[in-house]
Amino acid sequence: MSALKDAGHLFRFAGLFVIAFVVFLVVRSYVVPKTFGQYGHYRAAAIGEIADHPMKFAGHETCEACHTDIADTKTKGAHAHVNCEACHGALAAHANDPTSVTPVKPDTAVLCARCHTASAAKPKGFPQVDPADHSSGAPCQTCHNPHSPGIGADTGASAAKGGAQ
Amino acid sequence: MNISRRHLLVLLPAAAVAWKHVLAGTPQDSPNYQMSEHWWGMLIDIPKCIGCGNCVRACQTENDVPDGFFRTWVERYHRSDIHLENPEVISPDGGKEGFPPVPEGAEGDYFFVPKMCNHCSDSPCTQVCPVGATFISPDGVVLIDQKYCLGCAYCVQACPYGCRYIHPTKKVADKCTLCYHRITKGLTTACCEACPTGARQLADLKNPNDPIHAFLKTHSVQVLKPQMATGAKAFYNGLDGSVR
Repeated sequence: MSALKDAGHLFRFAGLFVIAFVVFLVVRSYVVPKTFGQYGHYRAAAIGEIADHPMKFAGHETCEACHTDIADTKTKGAHAHVNCEACHGALAAHANDPTSVTPVKPDTAVLCARCHTASAAKPKGFPQVDPADHSSGAPCQTCHNPHSPGIGADTGASAAKGGAQ
Repeated sequence: MNISRRHLLVLLPAAAVAWKHVLAGTPQDSPNYQMSEHWWGMLIDIPKCIGCGNCVRACQTENDVPDGFFRTWVERYHRSDIHLENPEVISPDGGKEGFPPVPEGAEGDYFFVPKMCNHCSDSPCTQVCPVGATFISPDGVVLIDQKYCLGCAYCVQACPYGCRYIHPTKKVADKCTLCYHRITKGLTTACCEACPTGARQLADLKNPNDPIHAFLKTHSVQVLKPQMATGAKAFYNGLDGSVR
């Protein structure tokens, strides 16, 4: 024991060290979020928080659940693969509350031209027109049904090619 | 307490179900979604892109992206016959409202390239974060924990594709989440939903029935900046060599 007689200051120091370590563990358990490290060096709960972000686009399946007639028209035409909200805009609010939130009909002069105005940068097979020249100012829907844009018997893929120029 | 045999038979399975929940830990928000069953990416089909800007507008609407910042944007390349290696690139307001007309009789090729977060599987941006605020989720999406982010912008500098920005009011890093709130509920991303030509398609690389697998086999598909070995998962079909 005599060897330890003059080592009291070392034990006091070791005691301080142990207390500091315990304090560190206690503080750490409060400061580090519960889910930190569950999957990696990040807070796993953040994944759920990001997944909770509200949706603005309802998705075409939601639209088609009610608007079956338009869905039927669309499947036969060149716009079969154009989703509803590509033209009508984000409408999750309408899907959640169909009576009080009613969508505004898009202006075809702006809407159709956005995709179909001729440009050398667009893919060659894509139907493109010079809007002023093509209809002499008449609105697109005078001749075309936007949900199935082919004219007369000319529908589907043939319309996609025939519609050019 | 007196439990009849009938009651015990009802209670046992109920207890088993309850115990299963205890073992499973915190239930996820989307009950049918298992992160381990997915590995998300994106297919971008350049020959289909018409530069309408629908994806840019849809993304800004869906994710409340502030004006002047972009989680996705569309570039128009002009590769002239004399400067094959140095194309002229424009992206006015991210291509949100379309592009100016191509000059009459211009030589060379014009084409559109949609850009977005590549959701790299070896992402440089997540590696530099000093606080663990950005990470690759178990289903392969690069996300930001905005409650943890300090806004130091290391990640903004680290991204070789320029896909991150500091949110002007939140003052934290912000980027494409691959519409994580949508894909975990079985929907596609807002940009894919709004794309009229199918130039963008969400791809689940862990789903054997996803059309991406057949597409990758039959097309010449590349990623951006492959020399950086980022493990990018935005697959570009028909990518011109001049695209950076």
